[in-house]
Amino acid sequence: MFGVICYNLSMAVIRVENISKNFGTLKAVDNLSFEVEAGQVFGFLGQNGSGKSTTIRMLLSLIHPSSGSIELFGKSIQKNRDTILEQVGAIIERPDLYPYLTATEHLQLFAKVRKQKVAAVNITKTLEQVGLSHRSQDKVQTFSLGMKQRLGIAIALVHNPSLIILDEPTNGLDPQGIADIRALIQYLAKEEGKTVFVSSHLLSEIEQVAHQILIIHQGKKMVEGVTKELLDPEKRIVQIKTMDDVKALAAIVASGFSQYLLTRKEGIFLKLPTTAIPTLNESLVQSGIAVLGIETKNSLEDYFLQITSNA
Amino acid sequence: MWSLIQIELYKIFRRPRTYIAFGAIAALIVVIQFGLKIDGDAYASFLMKDINDTLTVDGKVLNGYLICYILLQLLLVHVPLLVALIAADMISGEANLGTLRLLFTTPYSRTHWVLAKFIAASIYTILLLIWLAFLALFVSMWIFGTDDLFLMKSNYVVLIEQSDVLWRYVGAFVFASFSLLTVTSLGFLMSSLSSNSIGPIVGTMSAIVFFTILSTLNIPLFNIVKPYLFTTHMNNWKEFFDIKVNIDNEAIKGSILNIPKIKTSLMVLTLHIILFVTASVIIIKKKDILS
Repeated sequence: MFGVICYNLSMAVIRVENISKNFGTLKAVDNLSFEVEAGQVFGFLGQNGSGKSTTIRMLLSLIHPSSGSIELFGKSIQKNRDTILEQVGAIIERPDLYPYLTATEHLQLFAKVRKQKVAAVNITKTLEQVGLSHRSQDKVQTFSLGMKQRLGIAIALVHNPSLIILDEPTNGLDPQGIADIRALIQYLAKEEGKTVFVSSHLLSEIEQVAHQILIIHQGKKMVEGVTKELLDPEKRIVQIKTMDDVKALAAIVASGFSQYLLTRKEGIFLKLPTTAIPTLNESLVQSGIAVLGIETKNSLEDYFLQITSNA
Repeated sequence: MWSLIQIELYKIFRRPRTYIAFGAIAALIVVIQFGLKIDGDAYASFLMKDINDTLTVDGKVLNGYLICYILLQLLLVHVPLLVALIAADMISGEANLGTLRLLFTTPYSRTHWVLAKFIAASIYTILLLIWLAFLALFVSMWIFGTDDLFLMKSNYVVLIEQSDVLWRYVGAFVFASFSLLTVTSLGFLMSSLSSNSIGPIVGTMSAIVFFTILSTLNIPLFNIVKPYLFTTHMNNWKEFFDIKVNIDNEAIKGSILNIPKIKTSLMVLTLHIILFVTASVIIIKKKDILS
C-alpha cells in the first residue's frame, strides 16, 4: 500500500528552513531558507562547489542536514521519505548509470521500484521525450555524455512525478541538446503542471526557463527573486562603494531604498530604476556618507559573476 | 521487497564478472576430475600406501563420492574468495559507479535496499554452491561411479556405506552454505564502509586469510579467541563424514559422531551473519551519500 500526498496548488512544494550542513570544519550549506511553489520552474544558481548539490542531496534525503528542516509537499522529508519520493524524480550531478544495461532496461528497472505501476507506453514516451528512442536498445557503455544525461533525465521522468529536481541537467550536452532540455523543462511546467527545481552554474541557462531564481555562494543565499524582476531592463543593478557600509546601509533604509536592496553580503547591491540612481546618491551624501563610487552592472550575469567571484 | 531483490539479481547476472566464479569453479573441477580419471589409480595407491599392510580394501576406492570429498576439501577454502568478488562489490561498486544515489532516491528505504542486496548476494552464493555441488558430486558420480566412501583421517579411517553417503553430502552442502553466507555478509559489511570496489574485495579476502591463519595456529593465546572466529567453524562440514561406531567398532549407519559441534558451528556462523548484516544496515542508514 503506498501513501498519497495531497497538496493544493498554492502550497509550497518545497519549503526549506534554515538548513545547514557541515563536513567537519567546512560549512557546505549555511542557514539556507527558500520556498518553491507548485507549477514553478525554480532556478538554483551557484558556482561549482557553492553548495547546490549538497542542498539537492539534502532535499532527497541522501545527506542528513546538520540543522534546519526540509518539507516537500508540506511534509517533513525525514519523517515521510518514502511517500514523498514516490512523487519526486531527480538527477544529481553526473549521469551515472549501469554500463551493461540498455536505455530501455534502465527505465524498466527504475519503473519497477515505483509503488505505482508505470505503464510500458510511458517508457517509450519518455525515451521519445528526451530524444533517445533511436538508441533505446543500446547499452549505456556506448553512449556519449550527452546521451547519458538525457537518459538520466528520462529516469527522473518515467514515473510521472509531480516534482522534478534536475541538478545541472545540461552538463555535457551540445547546444541543440541544451535547447531541447530547456524546451522540455518549459513543457513540463507549462503543459503538465509539474514543479521543476533546476540547478546550474550558468545564469544564461536558467534565466530563460525559471520563474524564480535563487543564487547561492559558499553555502549562503546571496539573492532570491522573480526572474522577470531581476532581469527587468528598466532597472539597473547598482553596487555602492562607500567608506562605511554599515552607515550607508542605515542611510539607504532611512531614505526608503530598502525595497531595492539585493544583498549586503559581498558589498551593497541594489536593483533600482535608472532614474532613481541620482536620488540615492544625493540621499547618501546628505547623510554624510563618503561615497567612493556607484557602479552599474549591465546584467544579472555581471552581478552573478561579481558576487560569486568576490568572496 | 521482492521487486528490489529481482532488480539486484538482474544486475548481478547481467555483469560479466559474475560468471568468473562459475567458470573458475568449473575449470578447477574439470581439471582435477580429468587428472584423477587419467591417473587416479596411482593417486589411490599413494593414499593407501600406509595402510596397505594392515587393511585390504575391496571395491572402487576412487569413486564419485571420494572425488567429491577431495574436491570439497580443495575448493571450499577458495570459494569464499570468489564469493567476496561479488558480495564485497554490492554496495561499494554502486557507490563507485555513482548509481547508489539513484537507488536511494527511490521510495524504498535504505534498509530495504541493503537487505535486498544482501538477499541477492546470498542467492548468488547459494547458486554458486549448487553449481559446485552439481559438478563435484553429480558429475563425479557419473564419471567415476559410486561405491562405499573410504576416508583417511589423521589417525583413523572411516568407511561409510554407499547408501549412507548422499544425505551426508546434502548436510555438508547446507552447512557450507552457512559458511559461505558468513563470507557474503562479511564482504557486505566491508562494502558498506567504502566507496570503491577494490578495498572491500581485498579487505574481505585478507580478513578470511588472517582469521584462517589464527584458527589454524595452535598457540595458547589464540586458542582463547578461536571458538569465536567464524573461520574456525567454516570447515566443520567434514563432521558429517565422521560416523559413530558400536562396541564392535562397526559403523552405525545414519549416525554423526559430533552433532553438538555442528550445531555450535551453525550457531556461531549464524550470529556472525546477523552481526555483519545488522552493522551494514546501521552504517548505510547513517551514511551521507556523497558519491
